[in-house]
Amino acid sequence: MKSNLLKSLRLTLVFCVFFSVFYIFILWLFAKVAGPNGGNAEVAVLNNGKVVGGANVGQNFTKDIYFWGRPSCAGDGYDASSSSGSNKATTNQEYLKEVESRIDTFLVKHPYLKREEVPADIVTASGSGLDPDISVASAYAQVKRVAAARGMSEEQVKNIVEEVKQDPLLGLFGPSKVNVLKLNMALDEKAN
Amino acid sequence: MNTEILGSALQIVLLVVLAYPLGRYIAKVYKGERVWTDFMAPVEKWMFKLSGINPEESMNWKKFLVALLTINVFWFFWGMFLLVFQGYLPLNPDGNVGQTPDQAFNTCISFMVNCNLQHYSGESGLTYFTQLFVIMLFQFITAATGMAALAGIFRAMAAKTTQDFGNFWVLLVKSCSRILLPLSLVVGFILIIEGTPMGFDGKMEVTTLEGQTQMISQGPTAAIVPIKQLGTNGGGYFGVNSSHPLENPSFLTNMVECWSILIIPMAMVFALGFYLKRKKLAYSIFGVMLFAFLVGVVCAHYFEMGGSKQIDEMGIAQDLGSMEGKEIRIGAAGTALWSQVTTVTSNGSVNGMHDSLTPITGMFSMLNMMINCWFGGVGVGFMNYYVFIIIAVFISGLMVGRTPEFLGKKVEAREMKIAMIVALAHPFFILVFTAISSFLAAHNPELADAWLNNPSFHGLSEMLYEYTSSAANNGSGFEGLSDNTYFWNYTCGIVLIMGRYLPIVGQVAIAGLLANKKFIPESAGTLKTDTATFAVMTFLVIFIVAALSFFPALTLGPIADYLSF
Repeated sequence: MKSNLLKSLRLTLVFCVFFSVFYIFILWLFAKVAGPNGGNAEVAVLNNGKVVGGANVGQNFTKDIYFWGRPSCAGDGYDASSSSGSNKATTNQEYLKEVESRIDTFLVKHPYLKREEVPADIVTASGSGLDPDISVASAYAQVKRVAAARGMSEEQVKNIVEEVKQDPLLGLFGPSKVNVLKLNMALDEKAN
Repeated sequence: MNTEILGSALQIVLLVVLAYPLGRYIAKVYKGERVWTDFMAPVEKWMFKLSGINPEESMNWKKFLVALLTINVFWFFWGMFLLVFQGYLPLNPDGNVGQTPDQAFNTCISFMVNCNLQHYSGESGLTYFTQLFVIMLFQFITAATGMAALAGIFRAMAAKTTQDFGNFWVLLVKSCSRILLPLSLVVGFILIIEGTPMGFDGKMEVTTLEGQTQMISQGPTAAIVPIKQLGTNGGGYFGVNSSHPLENPSFLTNMVECWSILIIPMAMVFALGFYLKRKKLAYSIFGVMLFAFLVGVVCAHYFEMGGSKQIDEMGIAQDLGSMEGKEIRIGAAGTALWSQVTTVTSNGSVNGMHDSLTPITGMFSMLNMMINCWFGGVGVGFMNYYVFIIIAVFISGLMVGRTPEFLGKKVEAREMKIAMIVALAHPFFILVFTAISSFLAAHNPELADAWLNNPSFHGLSEMLYEYTSSAANNGSGFEGLSDNTYFWNYTCGIVLIMGRYLPIVGQVAIAGLLANKKFIPESAGTLKTDTATFAVMTFLVIFIVAALSFFPALTLGPIADYLSF
């Protein structure tokens, strides 16, 4: 028993060197060289060099000139230091009322939409509360509002959505998506 | 065809195809045959020397168990100490404080038993130091503990009559250096390229496009994610695990991470076939497991992609399926597949919130953990199945009037008693503790309010899921449950310990006892264990013993939840 304990202590220290130092060092070095931002979270940068957020991290959009992301339960909304989902059951009555009111709000802001044209993802909260993407349908649903607020034609805005839209992996696997931050950045760059 | 379904299909194909060669490799490693990673041998030699371990020493099953349990006890004190005092230790740029003793007790046990149930949130509950020297370290070494135990059992099963169980220390180190480390590095490289952070700077402050300030938590994520998946650990770097866009930035990383969960448990079944030179036995076991796994996968896809009934009734477009608690880049199918992969194994990482799964998918996730041996955790998954094989051998022996034998060894009363205790302890702990907690919640409305995030049947599901996840050492949760309280921290801690060590001790003991017995050569009177008939028999035994004990509880939880509207 005593010799086992001593072996346990020594082996654990050896494992610390092996994993917590050696393995970490290899990955850290690799990230410095090959990571998109030298090991830190990848950032989104405007053409003029200004950093406007994490490339993969969703952020809050409320202005009419921007496309909006999904409802978020991270902190007060898109708090990237306390990720969280709603953890609501889809059978919970209180939760369903909340979704109902989100639908109503969305319809007020987009009066040209019929109820059956509201995509579910834009009124339901994501798992992380930091979802950077919306579905392609949710982007199309907002085109008319954004175009009106910016004084651009719907055609122009729609073209930008098409440009930013990401297809499934190799065109075959997984969902299509639109990164909201990239889309809004593209809009701002076009306007300038 | 639907690209989301194709994505799921590709992941399953990649799993099965790659598990075969990996299984062959694992068998070679444990047998000590020549493999391409032999360049690690000098490093291992140096590790043995520094730790005072004689790699030539052979152990019987009792010695093997003592070594295994001793190092686990040591890890408990190691973890407790570092977690409570992390506020004073280095590598803490965000200034996080130490965990309270009850929370540290739960965290430490949960990582020590390879479960990774988390009653804290990674961004604020840990420092970079404890992420690396407790969480990540334990994710490697506790996974290796389960693998070493299985390697010992392989050895005992392969020999005719033996006392020798192999050397626990050697098997532990080799599981780390030959299997977990190389795979983790490869997965880590892919994650880094795709944008998972791997640095030591504190939170990043950015000004958003609308001019608000956003603090982005980051850190050495790409080191922890690979091993949390590969070691069926599941404890995420961030609070929301792999649904976090930095922990799982793209559909590609989602595929790689999902693959990493199941690859070693699948390969272990093939490794059994190679190690024992009984490929047919391995195929029949693999067949049963794959079948059971696919049943859950198909149902989960059907319900998640079909969307929530209640949201459908609101009359909006639910073309993408039920999206509450899910991420766009992963999709309903991606989360459906992951919810099953993570629960058939004892992984417990999530890429969407399980609390928000549709009721029947939630039920299959629970059922997988209640049975806990469709592939299962690294090492321990097959060991759980082994117990059911012993029971199935015994029952079929009685049915056809032959002496129950498995691999040339007579199964007698002593082994059967241990097997039954192990098999029944699992439902016992889950159901008794769920009963206690729901009794308390039912009689104290203020407790129910404080604990549960959803009322009624789903509230019961939250509690049932928590104990199931603890007993199965899974670690996922219906995270609506406010579980960072004395009650949940301590009761889950107890269930975690019993769910880990009772089975390991029992399974190693059965294998050790059988190995000591006289070898009886196969004859015409021997019950064949590598046939389809026996595979079906084992499946039925598992279904009757494991699944049906939970049927009443599942009826009151997810099934009632599904039917109530």
